[in-house]
Amino acid sequence: MLQILNAGGVVGLRQLPIVAVRRVVKPIVFFICLIPLLIAVARIFGLFENYIGGLGINPIESLMDHLGQWGLRFILIALTVTPLQKLMRIPWFGQFRRILGLFAFTYILSHFLVYLLLDQGLALKYIVEDVLERQFITLGMISLILLTAMAATSTNTMRRRLKGNWQRIHYGAYIVAILGVWHYWWQVKKDITEPAIYAFVVFLLLGSRIAFKLSQKK
Amino acid sequence: MIKRNTSLGSNKILPSEITPHSTYLNRRELLRASAAATAVIAFPAQAATLPTQRRAKLKGVIESPLSTSATANSYDAITNYNNFYEFGTGKADPAKNAQDFQTRPWSLSITGEAEQIGTFNLEDFINPHVLEERIYRLRCVEAWSMVVPWVGIPLADVLKRYKPTSNAKYVGFETLNDPEQMPGQRRRILQWPYLEGLTMAEAMHPLTILAVGLYGELLPNQNGAPLRLVVPWKYGFKSIKSIVGIDFSSTQPKTSWNISAPREYGFYANVNPEVNHPRWSQARERPIGEGSFASKVDTLPFNGYADQVADLYNGLNLRRNF
Repeated sequence: MLQILNAGGVVGLRQLPIVAVRRVVKPIVFFICLIPLLIAVARIFGLFENYIGGLGINPIESLMDHLGQWGLRFILIALTVTPLQKLMRIPWFGQFRRILGLFAFTYILSHFLVYLLLDQGLALKYIVEDVLERQFITLGMISLILLTAMAATSTNTMRRRLKGNWQRIHYGAYIVAILGVWHYWWQVKKDITEPAIYAFVVFLLLGSRIAFKLSQKK
Repeated sequence: MIKRNTSLGSNKILPSEITPHSTYLNRRELLRASAAATAVIAFPAQAATLPTQRRAKLKGVIESPLSTSATANSYDAITNYNNFYEFGTGKADPAKNAQDFQTRPWSLSITGEAEQIGTFNLEDFINPHVLEERIYRLRCVEAWSMVVPWVGIPLADVLKRYKPTSNAKYVGFETLNDPEQMPGQRRRILQWPYLEGLTMAEAMHPLTILAVGLYGELLPNQNGAPLRLVVPWKYGFKSIKSIVGIDFSSTQPKTSWNISAPREYGFYANVNPEVNHPRWSQARERPIGEGSFASKVDTLPFNGYADQVADLYNGLNLRRNF
């Protein structure tokens, strides 16, 4: 297995200088993460419709779906960093967890703002009712709170200051992954194909960690 | 054309004997005009003749006082954003996957508690009736709404022709079951064929129609061609599409969404802002086509048709019979 990976230029990646990672790889990753947000903005203004499609007949629903799905995807991508880092033994992979996590937060926050401002039109009565009575929205709110806590404590300073508690807060990522899929699953009317795919990915990501822990104990 | 023996005893028809095509057409037109004139005298409007070509204009459509004065949604919105799970679960799937759906020939079977049961051609079924435009509000159980200019015939007028007996308390409807043509039926998202039902009183209500058209044209495949039910005071899923069977019964018929999730979808499914879906609110709805910054509007009891239909449910607990 490792030989295959080595043959694929992994050795070269492993030895990439820190400066190259910081000056080249990071901006590329940042730009890629920005693409779904740029697509959303372009769709709002009806730009490049022939290439990226428009918001369609129900624009608010379409926008919320786009942002929510990408938020969930970024949570899952962020959670693949550590298993991938261990598997491929590329030390600098780890530092991308923060940027990916912050993008997940950005997308979920935008998803929430579209719900708050466009979908509900800031009608507090209905928003409070939704959060308290619609279980899938309750799950979404809990996820947003956890993501906000993680985003707020994502700086190096905060990490140093919080010591052991920092890790405890950031274990929230696992909860957010589970609640995020659950939130999606519960709001789908009948065809659960897509949330089931996300659930399978979460199962793999969490399962790989448990498997790794168990293998270390032996 | 009458064959005439010539002096030559030949069986050939002389060119001079053949009616010129233009004269033939004129004659037909004259016949049609006089028939239409008779019809105008005998009936307020012309009986329907269903065309077959896609987007063909429907003739003899009359207006109805039962139409709403609200502005209808665009043809584009109505035909590209709807649910028709037989063609996929996405809102744009029906428009994409129903293009090649064959709706002719089409027959319907009438079964159960009626004197005239049997299988009938779509044309025989529709043609005796006058087509009416009915501009109705449509409220989806997913909390969005549209205004749709249907063309159809009152269901009551159709049902009466088949002479339901006194045992007929309900009417059940069935959609075509054809996974070859309906890709959505290859997966068991719902139990196929799709089933719906109404009480006899609901079926006989003047607001209930069978639609064959949209915007004065033949009903597009994705919206339930060739024949669909429209019950404007109930959630959209009650208005079953591409109907092949109508059954008069003494017991409440099974309905697809109720079978799939009885806690979420009842038999009645009347639009009711007081009774929420277990997972989302039914208090408000998003009117489609009002732009991204338009706010939601309050959902009205019976989708705004309470004055006409609330009487049907006197003494019925609508919270329990949702």
